[in-house]
Amino acid sequence: MNPLTGYLLVAALLFAIGLAGALTRRNAILVLIGIELMLNAANLNLIAFWRYGPHPEAVTGMMFAIFSIAVAAAEAAVGLGLVIQIHRHTHTTDLDAMNRMKG
Amino acid sequence: MIEKADQVFILLAHWLASFLPGPLQHPAMVLLGVVGIIVTFPALFAITVLLERKGLGRMQNRYGPNRVGPYGIFQPVADGIKSLTKEDIVPLSADAVVHFLAPVFLVVVVFMGYAVLPIGRNMTLVNMDAGLLFFFAIGASSELSVFMAGWSSRNKYSLLGAMRAVAQMISYEVPLLMSSLAVVMMTGSLSLNRIVDAQNQYSYGLPHWYIFTPWGFAGFVLFAIAATAETNRSPFDLPEGESELVAGYFTEYSGFKFALFFLGEYVGMMGISGLGATLFLGGYSAPLQILGFVPSWFWFFSKIMLSMCVFIWVRGTLPRLRQDQLMNFAWKFVLPLTLLNLGVAGVWRFMGEGLMRWVVCSAILLVAYVFMARIGMKREHFGPRSYRYAE
Amino acid sequence: MRRFNVCGLPPIRKKREWMGHRVFVAGTGRGERPMSVVFYLIAALSVAGALAAVLLKNTVHCALALTVAFAGLALMFLELDAQFAGFAQILIYIGAVAILVVFAILLTRGSETPKDGVYSAKPIVGLVIAAGVFAILGWAVLRSTAVLPHETAKPQVTVMDIGNALMGRYVLPLEIVALLLTAALIGAVIVAMHEKEDAR
Repeated sequence: MNPLTGYLLVAALLFAIGLAGALTRRNAILVLIGIELMLNAANLNLIAFWRYGPHPEAVTGMMFAIFSIAVAAAEAAVGLGLVIQIHRHTHTTDLDAMNRMKG
Repeated sequence: MIEKADQVFILLAHWLASFLPGPLQHPAMVLLGVVGIIVTFPALFAITVLLERKGLGRMQNRYGPNRVGPYGIFQPVADGIKSLTKEDIVPLSADAVVHFLAPVFLVVVVFMGYAVLPIGRNMTLVNMDAGLLFFFAIGASSELSVFMAGWSSRNKYSLLGAMRAVAQMISYEVPLLMSSLAVVMMTGSLSLNRIVDAQNQYSYGLPHWYIFTPWGFAGFVLFAIAATAETNRSPFDLPEGESELVAGYFTEYSGFKFALFFLGEYVGMMGISGLGATLFLGGYSAPLQILGFVPSWFWFFSKIMLSMCVFIWVRGTLPRLRQDQLMNFAWKFVLPLTLLNLGVAGVWRFMGEGLMRWVVCSAILLVAYVFMARIGMKREHFGPRSYRYAE
Repeated sequence: MRRFNVCGLPPIRKKREWMGHRVFVAGTGRGERPMSVVFYLIAALSVAGALAAVLLKNTVHCALALTVAFAGLALMFLELDAQFAGFAQILIYIGAVAILVVFAILLTRGSETPKDGVYSAKPIVGLVIAAGVFAILGWAVLRSTAVLPHETAKPQVTVMDIGNALMGRYVLPLEIVALLLTAALIGAVIVAMHEKEDAR
């Protein structure tokens, strides 16, 4: 069994769990938690391939993962700021209650 | 002989591990190193607590504890027995699992930071290529335990204290990293061993410590300010000030869990002063070349204890900062100065040897400090006092 | 002295009878070790943390379980010899993003359990979609096991190499990420700022 297969399967499992969380939870912040899990699973994929793939240029894979971490952090910050502002406006974080453009 | 005194702990570990068979020797040495750290630093914590209480007492014109043993030297033993035998009260509505895990997490994280500190020559537990990054990563995780403690108590005052503490720790983390970045830039490596090696040289008998350069001095001062705020120590101890919020985020903790928080705070303080000693004060190198015969670990521990004495001194001297003053200070004074310090370190590097670079760098830093501290930070303009009497 | 692999067990050398000849089965020689116990433990920790993060009722517990999942992932990066990425993961995700999530939960009173339950209407649709995605990804990975690369030599990347790459070849992405982070900082502050009219 390929050692890479194990890491890819774990990353796929984490991605699926994050996706399930993002699709089924009601609270907007938990949807963002699911999205963070998905991004982390993708990072795991990148690092696993960096380790086990052929490396004519060894630094590229690590760079990809580091930039991905930075961008994910920025996106989490803005997303959570939006959730806070929406809560201030509608006094709820329930996504099912925010199904109208009015208000 | 001098060499043996310097390496006495390594030789002791080798001798103890030689009783075990071949493949087990390396894990045994690592384990002995871990045991050494876990035994030494809590012992230093006991000494520091006593020193603090006596020192603060003297600064406040009173004796410290002096009942338990001559000059009160057995007070830590009495404190330990008290905290072990006190009843462990967990509030009924508190979140039991998180309430239990918060002090555990803090102590684990705080002890992990010691793995990369060079305690003496060849005495780093794990010699990592990115050692400084490891220390900061582990230190950043300790904020989460503060939050866990405050939230799980289901107490408004605890929660407020926890949120203030986390906000303060996050704001001061950026200046902490930036002031150590100047050192990394000048050394060219994130490895703490290499940073100490770069400072371990002497010219005319005086050491090449980074604190003796303008950017190093400014960096050390800013690092000390940020370290004081990171460990929630006076004058930044609003989150745990006794007159403010009872005890802040550890109000609901009693008995041994409180002792664990206390231990975590002081051991964290020693860890970060160890890091400051490594980055700016030359780690385990002696102050003068003629004093090189004294073992290297003695210098490291004495630098740590000196930093702890300065922490205690500052606690007894300065009044507490208010939350908004604290945050203002972080973002509007300390952070711009650390950025400027980074630039000044670059100027120092590229100006070449000679007197000119000392003058230029010191001038830049002094002008910036005067401008920012005297002019930029003036916030409140108080008019003349006005009195209103009840009619 | 016997050479032991990571598990502490002797290396696997299977001899099988195949068409009357004794042959060594390919793929279990010295070069490729089977998945080690450490990997299984870390994977179990990460998956348990992720499951707890999406299943628990209390939002703050979910955020703390997410922190456990992040820690598990950082350990996996360290297992894969990506030290810089592992420490950056701890510093950024556990030290900043987790705290951000927790603060957002506190500021939006998410810690009170909602009365309509924590799952949206018809959660089964989301579960089916997620299971489908996992099935497709898992099938793709398992089908292509034979052609996946399995280089055993570790890539030698020191922090100096990363620094040189960031300032040399990847300086443009670095500057763009700096710009992006500044924009995110200013944007988040503006979005979440109290509007002056509400204060009255």
